[in-house]
Parts: sequence; structure tokens; C-alpha cells
Amino acid sequence: MSNSIPQSNSKGRFGVHGGQYIPETLMNAVIELEKAYEHYKNDPDFNRELSDLLAGYAGRPSLLYYADKLTRTLGGAKIYLKREDLNHTGSHKINNVLGQALLAKKMGKTRLIAETGAGQHGVATATAAALLGMECVVFMGEEDTKRQALNVYRMRLLGSEVIPVTSGTATLKDAVSEAMREWTSRIDDTHYCLGSVMGPHPFPTIVRDFQAVISKEAREQILEYEGRLPDAVIACVGGGSNAIGSFYNFIADESVRLIGCEAAGRGIDTFETAATVNTGRLGIFHGMKSYFCQDEYGQIAPVYSISAGLDYPGIGPEHAHLHDIGRAEYVPVTDDEAVDAFEFLSRTEGIIPAIESAHAVAYAMKLAPTMNKDQIIIVTISGRGDKDCAAIARYRGEDINE
Amino acid sequence: MSRIKEAFSHGKAFIPFVTCGDPDLETTAAIVREMAANGADLIELGIPFSDPTAEGPVIQAANIRALSAGTTTDRIFALVEDLRRTVTVPLVFMTYANVVFSYGSEKFISTCSRIGIDGLIIADLPYEEKAEFLPLCRQYGVDLIPLIAPTSADRIATIASDADGFVYIVSSLGVTGVRSKITTDISELVRMVRQSTDIPCAVGFGISTPEQAADMVRFADGAIVGSAIVRRIGELGREAPAAVGEYVKAMKQAVSR
Repeated sequence: MSNSIPQSNSKGRFGVHGGQYIPETLMNAVIELEKAYEHYKNDPDFNRELSDLLAGYAGRPSLLYYADKLTRTLGGAKIYLKREDLNHTGSHKINNVLGQALLAKKMGKTRLIAETGAGQHGVATATAAALLGMECVVFMGEEDTKRQALNVYRMRLLGSEVIPVTSGTATLKDAVSEAMREWTSRIDDTHYCLGSVMGPHPFPTIVRDFQAVISKEAREQILEYEGRLPDAVIACVGGGSNAIGSFYNFIADESVRLIGCEAAGRGIDTFETAATVNTGRLGIFHGMKSYFCQDEYGQIAPVYSISAGLDYPGIGPEHAHLHDIGRAEYVPVTDDEAVDAFEFLSRTEGIIPAIESAHAVAYAMKLAPTMNKDQIIIVTISGRGDKDCAAIARYRGEDINE
Repeated sequence: MSRIKEAFSHGKAFIPFVTCGDPDLETTAAIVREMAANGADLIELGIPFSDPTAEGPVIQAANIRALSAGTTTDRIFALVEDLRRTVTVPLVFMTYANVVFSYGSEKFISTCSRIGIDGLIIADLPYEEKAEFLPLCRQYGVDLIPLIAPTSADRIATIASDADGFVYIVSSLGVTGVRSKITTDISELVRMVRQSTDIPCAVGFGISTPEQAADMVRFADGAIVGSAIVRRIGELGREAPAAVGEYVKAMKQAVSR
């Protein structure tokens, strides 16, 4: 036994959170990814290619839309919607996927694997794979393949294989576990295209950087339209990729409140919740130290939300850190509130938000009336709600055939 | 000499694994006694985790059975305390980082030391993160056993030169589970480990037959078997201890030839 105790070699820390808690088998894969990313993120050709794809294929910049009718109806702060739902494939997920798929291709990988909850990240990955001529396999909890049957068909239509995951709770966390297991068995030709700001370093940083385009544009747009910064930015949080993308370029602007909306499911005083910051505690899971819903022995809790995309027992390490230092607030929003907001935004503005994004809308509906008319809120509409129509109809007791 | 070193000092070692609490802790106790009585040189006790990302379907199912039966870390500690009254072979825990961290790392590791646990294998703790637990492990004299994989390559020297207990060589890519063939060049992996340390090397992942075990110990100091045993426990339930004992006996003979 040697007696020297090594200093921590841990990378990718946000305060105490983050790190690389993964099996040894994957370590050289994440090291290789980190090296490639460090190189290509400053490579003019890579950035030009990515910008061209984002503009010419995904449809960026996305609109910052002034929701006049919503603003007047709520009678408080001016509400702008950052319209990530208008991106190709219908959500913010394409921002990260185009970046990672391009990076994987530069690294010589020919196959993408991904996890998906609501199916938005799976569809985005399947889309990028089709475009760039790569093989694609998506892991999706069996429960979610039922909730989001349309997205399963979309992925298959795009040429991807969809593998229903039956282990555990058969939802997003199990899809992540299964994608990690698959990656350990096939690394040479395969890139794990992780969909959120979670997992081992460098994923939380890479995904954040690719999603930061949301707040980069929103900041420029609001300064152009209003000549000032917003008072609050609101986004929904599962793993937290659209939220960190919405927050990132406002973090240094201390006057801007950053508000992440967690899925409270049936309420944070019940076990049927996925509100990690509000009900979880510090732990180590899926490659990172962060907050997790878990029992006293560290067993990960089966979480619940009506939204398959927010139905995850953890939160990205940078969010956990923003919470610790008080820079961002994380508020719970219940299923009922989200469904009300889903319907309210549809009727008021003619915009059907994803049920995930409806969590952010719900909190804006509470907050805006408490603010005065010259204040400004930006709400990120992370995705479109077509995928959710059948499920919400069922929630309201109406059975429709898609 | 530490108990783990001692385990490797009389010929090639056979190291069986069992998930604690599958199907219940009484059966686990009987299985561990059978393993020890039939020549196991070191026994790996799995503490079940809700989301075991390094395990294949067989051990995943065992984790679910154990947790469904109400197995907790505290009950496993009590099991070990009880076993230690008669069982003298080295015992190591195999689990996931959150099980240790969430319990309170110091409380967990000091309890290991007190009840006679000799080492700790944490499936999701690579070299870069070992500072999370290593100072406590060294303080309390519990060996933090590192893993080396077929993909480790340039990392092997760093990992091996700082290893405690033994080096766990992962035979194959992927998760735990029985494999018909192990294609990794184990002799090369062992050779690379040997350049940096004289700590024993044991090979695990995929081994199920006496022939495979005998083949592995041509180069390594021991063979580890998990899924093949856990599968038997899954099939036989409370009737498993005698069958596991027979299996361990055959495997120990195979590595001793």
C-alpha cells in the first residue's frame, strides 16, 4: 500500500457538483471527447459548419415573440416568449444535437446513441443522424414509448432504431442508464449523444455551450426591442438543458432573476413528484454529483411527472451550483398547473407549448400579475405541444385516436 | 499481512460474488458460509442499488429482488457482523458511489472497518474521483480496490501504481454478465499492471465455466464470478446455498489445477 493520498483529480466541477463518476471502461471515451471538444470549439471551420446548420437547417435565430394578448390578460409584466418550439424538430434539443453530432463525426464516430424522455431529444438525434449519414439507436423508457407514441414513430421514420427500456421505472432515468450500459459495450465507433446538461464531465459543459445560443440570442433581441435587460427569465428544468441555455448569458447580469420550474407532479408534499431541488438531496448518480430524489440509503426514488421530459430524479450540476449560490431559483409547478397553462397559452396566443414548457408558462402566469407593467419577463417555450395533445386530452377525460 | 493479501498467498484465488438480500438476508448468510466452506478465497458482497449502471440483466434483477425484500445498508452491516463470528475469509463490498456517499462516507467506511469488511469496490468511481473516499479508506484501513478495463490503455500505470488490496481487471467491454467467449488479451493487461505494481490482479466480468476461470488464472492471480452465481440464486431462491457451494468447490478446483 502506498501512503500518498492523491489530491482530487476531478474535472468539470461546479462548486461541489459535477465530476466524472462513471465506470473505468468509459473514462478514455470521455477524455477523448473532452480533448476533441477543446479543439473543435475554437476551430473556425467547425464553428462555421455548425452556424450554417443552425441557421440553414434548424431555423435559428428563433423568434423572441412579444406575447401582447397574454401580457394584457395577465395584467402585469410584459411577457416575451423565446420560441424554441419553432426550431426544426420542434424543440431546443436540436441546438445541442447538431453540435454533438458534428463533433462526433469529426471524431470519426459513425454511430450515435441517445436517451430520450418525451422523445424530443431522440427525434432531434435521429434527425441529425439522418442528415449526417450516421447510424442511430435511441433508448426510451417503455412507459414513455406509450405516452409519446408519435415520437417513437418519428424516430423510426427517420431511420433510427428505438429500444424500449423495461428496467427500473421504465422512464427517462432508466433510458439514461441503458444508454450508458450500451456505450460501455461499444465505444470505438459510437458517440453517446447525451441530451441534457448532466452526466459526467464534459457533457454538462458541452451541452450548456451548445444550448447557450438561446440566451445569446434572447439577450441581443431584448436589448434591440426594449433597450434593456429583462427582469426575469423563466424556463422549465428536468436535467436542465433549455434552462441553462436560457440562463447562461444572463448569469453575469445580476438584476435578471433566473427561475427554473421543476415538475412537482402531484405536489412536492407527495411521493409523486420530480422536483429535485425542492425535494432531493446531494448525491452521486449518472456520472455526477448533484441533487437527486433518493431515500435515506441513497436508493434513487421513482419520480413522477405528467411530463415525460421532466420526469427525471436529478438535475444538472451547474443548476445545483446556481441554486447553492443563490443565483437561480427553482420553483415547483404541479401537473394541474402545467395543464392549465398548456390550455391557457393555446387559447390566448394560439401557441401550443410542450407540456414541459407549460411548466414555465404556469409560473409566468403566477409571477407576471405581481409585477408592474414596465417590467419584462422572458419565458422559454422549449418545445411545441403537438406531441402532448393526445395525453392532455386523456388527462381531461377525452379519448382521442391519433 | 492484510487479509486481502493473505487471500492471494495460497495459490490462485477464486472470488465469488453475491448480491446481499437476494432473495433474503438469511439466504445470503447461508450462501456466504457455503462459499467460505468450499474454498472461496475472498468473497464479494454486493450492496444492492436501485440503478446499477454497470450491471447486466442478471445482477440488475438480483438488485431488484433484494431491494424489494427490504434490504438496506444497515441490515447488510448487521449480516456481516453476524457472519464475522464464524467466517474468516476476506470480505469486500461491491456497490455504487451513492450508496456510500448517501449513508455518510465516514460513517459507512468506519462501520466497514469495525465489522470486518476488508475492501470496497465502487463500480462508478474511476481514478479521477477516488479522492472522494480514499482518505477515509486509508484512515480506517479498508482497501479501495481499483478497476482496470480493456479500454484503460495509458491509464493502467497510473491506476495500478496507486492501488490498494488487489487490482480488479474487467475482462470485457460492456456490463456484467456471462459471456461465451472472452476475447480481450488478459495476459497483456496483466503484464501492463505488473509493470507498475506487485499487488495481486483478479479478473472478472463474463466468467462462468471452470475452463474460463482456469484460462484466466494462467495470467492473473484470481478469477471473479458474479452473474453465473447470481443466476443460480435467481433460479433456486432459498434452495440456492448448497448448489452455490458445489459450484464454488468446482471453480476453486479449476483455478487450483
